[in-house]
Amino acid sequence: MSQSKVVDARNTFCPGPLMELITNMKLANVGDVLELLSTDAGSGADVPEWVHKVGHELMSNENVDGVWHIKIRKTK
Amino acid sequence: MSRKIDIVCVSGTREKLQMAAMIASVAAATGDTVSVFFSMNALTYFIKGHTTDAPSEGEFGKLLGQHGVPPFKQLFKQAAELGDAKLLPCSMALDLLKITKNDLDPEFGPPTGLTRFLSDAEGGQLLTF
Repeated sequence: MSQSKVVDARNTFCPGPLMELITNMKLANVGDVLELLSTDAGSGADVPEWVHKVGHELMSNENVDGVWHIKIRKTK
Repeated sequence: MSRKIDIVCVSGTREKLQMAAMIASVAAATGDTVSVFFSMNALTYFIKGHTTDAPSEGEFGKLLGQHGVPPFKQLFKQAAELGDAKLLPCSMALDLLKITKNDLDPEFGPPTGLTRFLSDAEGGQLLTF
């Protein structure tokens, strides 16, 4: 059964949000969805770049009131 | 395709250690093969029990001390734990400091000589901080 989890990395600077995401991604199961919250301006471009390179699935990426909400499904 | 990135850390200033740690952690966690060779003033921060903060080189270094900036030691540790980066102490520096690998943080690999490091780094990208 796949699960959803929020990874709250607000108020940390690069590469803090990405490292938080990767730490949680290692612990997640294939099929799980992680939603990263980040106030680091670069995350909106950098995190999808990492997701693409590593081969997970980017489900959504939006900025709501200065907070990036990036949803990723673990594919492997 | 994964790249090979070799980093040499010699400076003991906060800005240089931070930049090296950022590159090492992000590259390693992205699947690149990363080795970091620590010598000179950079090595002493990784002696067990070392608590002194790295001094700032300039104004920016002070900003790095604020809450929310991941400390360089944490980033190097994550590079090793999440991305299998190798953290290698310079054997000459260990000799001069009169310490052994056992005196360093546990994520450090075997003492390494320059000849070995350069030979392993052949063909990769070498960055020096």
